[in-house]
Amino acid sequence: MSVYGPVVKIHPVVLASIADSYERRNEGALRVIGTLLAIFRTAPLSFLNVFFDFSCFYFIFPPEVAVDMEFAKNMYELHKKVSPSEVIVGWYATGFDITEHSVLIHEYYSREAQNPIHLTVDTALQSGRMNIRAYVSAQMGVPSKTVGVMFSPLTVKYVYFDTERIGVDLLQRTRTSPSRSKGLTTDLEQVGSAAARIQDMLTTVLSYTEDVLSGKVTPDNTVGRFLMDLVNKVPKITAEDFESMLNSNINDLLMVTYLANLTRAQIALNEKLICL
Amino acid sequence: MAACKDSASAIAVPEDEVSTPTPIPTPTSTPSSTPTPTPTPTPSNTLDSPVKQIQIEGLVVLKIIKHYQEEGQGNEVVQGVLLGLVVEDRLEITNCFPFPQHTEDDADFDEVQYQMEMMRSLRHVNIDHLHVGWYQSTYYGSFVSRALLDSQFSYQHAIEESVVLVYDPIKTAQGSLSLKAYRLTPKLMEICKEKDFTPEGLKKASIGFENMFEEVPIVIKNSHLINVLMWEMEQKSAVSDKQELLNLSSSNHLEKSLQLLMDRVDDMSQDIVKYNTFSRNVSKQQQQKHQYLQRRQQENTQRQTRGEPPLPEEDISKMFKPPQPPPRMDTLLIAGQINTYCQHIKEFTSQNLAKMFMAEALQGHNVLKKS
Repeated sequence: MSVYGPVVKIHPVVLASIADSYERRNEGALRVIGTLLAIFRTAPLSFLNVFFDFSCFYFIFPPEVAVDMEFAKNMYELHKKVSPSEVIVGWYATGFDITEHSVLIHEYYSREAQNPIHLTVDTALQSGRMNIRAYVSAQMGVPSKTVGVMFSPLTVKYVYFDTERIGVDLLQRTRTSPSRSKGLTTDLEQVGSAAARIQDMLTTVLSYTEDVLSGKVTPDNTVGRFLMDLVNKVPKITAEDFESMLNSNINDLLMVTYLANLTRAQIALNEKLICL
Repeated sequence: MAACKDSASAIAVPEDEVSTPTPIPTPTSTPSSTPTPTPTPTPSNTLDSPVKQIQIEGLVVLKIIKHYQEEGQGNEVVQGVLLGLVVEDRLEITNCFPFPQHTEDDADFDEVQYQMEMMRSLRHVNIDHLHVGWYQSTYYGSFVSRALLDSQFSYQHAIEESVVLVYDPIKTAQGSLSLKAYRLTPKLMEICKEKDFTPEGLKKASIGFENMFEEVPIVIKNSHLINVLMWEMEQKSAVSDKQELLNLSSSNHLEKSLQLLMDRVDDMSQDIVKYNTFSRNVSKQQQQKHQYLQRRQQENTQRQTRGEPPLPEEDISKMFKPPQPPPRMDTLLIAGQINTYCQHIKEFTSQNLAKMFMAEALQGHNVLKKS
């Protein structure tokens, strides 16, 4: 029996998808549930990267719970055609608490996957924040008498691919604009904004150093060592070497630009000649 | 409801069947790049197409990135369908689903059925099930191909406002999300409809590689809940900020781009040679025809003077069969692709030049201190 260790790693796609399906729920439905799919990465199964999910329907007219399992199965089949290596590992529900219905659903999912993970995402922001927690069920109680199920929490971590992180960075920027939208920038602007970020960081560091020097802040040795590493990271190259390296690189780039422009002019010319 | 379903089924058939088989046969060689759509030089507000802006939700972006990351390692392209709706002159893309790779062994895989099932299921959970376009990943910017053209044509033919989103994972990994939306210009649509790819046809439509595709500006819009999620993740995630955008190494990327460019230029020159031989043949034939006619006339006048009946007029066209004009569509596509490569390269070099100067500034300070 594989037991998941205490860490669940989630990709941002999952959370965005959950939030989206919550927004699109039917009238009257208070919660949305769905299936979690993941890929087992490495042999020690204590880490699990949760990748994807799709929502199925959940009617909560207490005390009955009707969940559209057919639909869930269908979607899983379709999804397997695209990514055959993803398997069901659990399910998610929006909302803050774990209710009795969760136990039932959890039981269903334990038929599909070994030791399923239950993820709750508090989209209603009941406690003022969007809490994201994960649980695994554990047996409790007196064996062969009253047996119950307890949900024990797991640690949730967020992981990103490199490209995902860049995508998330861009999405983060929509937080600050009032219309919640952001266009994609041109290239020089991107370099400019990256440089601006570094500049901000350097300003912070500088102000800290000045504070320390003027005695306002007590110096911290670890921070000081980091700063020294930082300063030493600028490579020490003799001036001539650096000049030659810089120049050759710049020459390469300029030459390539020239060639690109030339090629473009050529094909434009060719086009004009053909159409004569 | 019924209408939507019909249109959905109508679309489902042509484009995906066209698109999926063709890119796959060239997985190992450099992907056959066709002319890259060049964005029209005019700004967006003078586009006379029905779509002036594309609004994408964050979810779609993340899904596309994830799809490529998982399934797209290697030179194969990954494709998928975009779902959304049209609001005034904006195309809002609210969801997407990936399309499985078309492998050789399951030739009986029913893509249409997959699509229909997917859309039906998604409708169940209240996701917009209107097909509004498709997306594709690209390798170093080489996506202008016959396959793309055909697919986009059938999409645009069925739905006026559809677009193709091209996602460049390599450029994204270098620091900034590279997602572009393209549509075919109305002129190109006309030509594809006529299927008239001869030089005369193209000349008539006066279409150059510059106005094959038009780029539509993209805006990313997130709902409030997703914004909350973003704040939450910012707090919790301990991912260090890697500044790949300021990476100075550029030679690898440049080499690859230049290599692809050279291949395209080779193809182009071959094509030009073909066209030149064709035009030479045509002119030679004209000459021959002319000479023949003249000789005929001379003979006839001679015979008349001698009193003999003139020779019958022979059918000239049967004697001199005109050579087949080469189709110009491929040339156009190659030219467009070369154009995109050049643009890609120029963007890259401009960024790198900026970085070089920044590095110089950093070192210059060092030099000053030492001296």
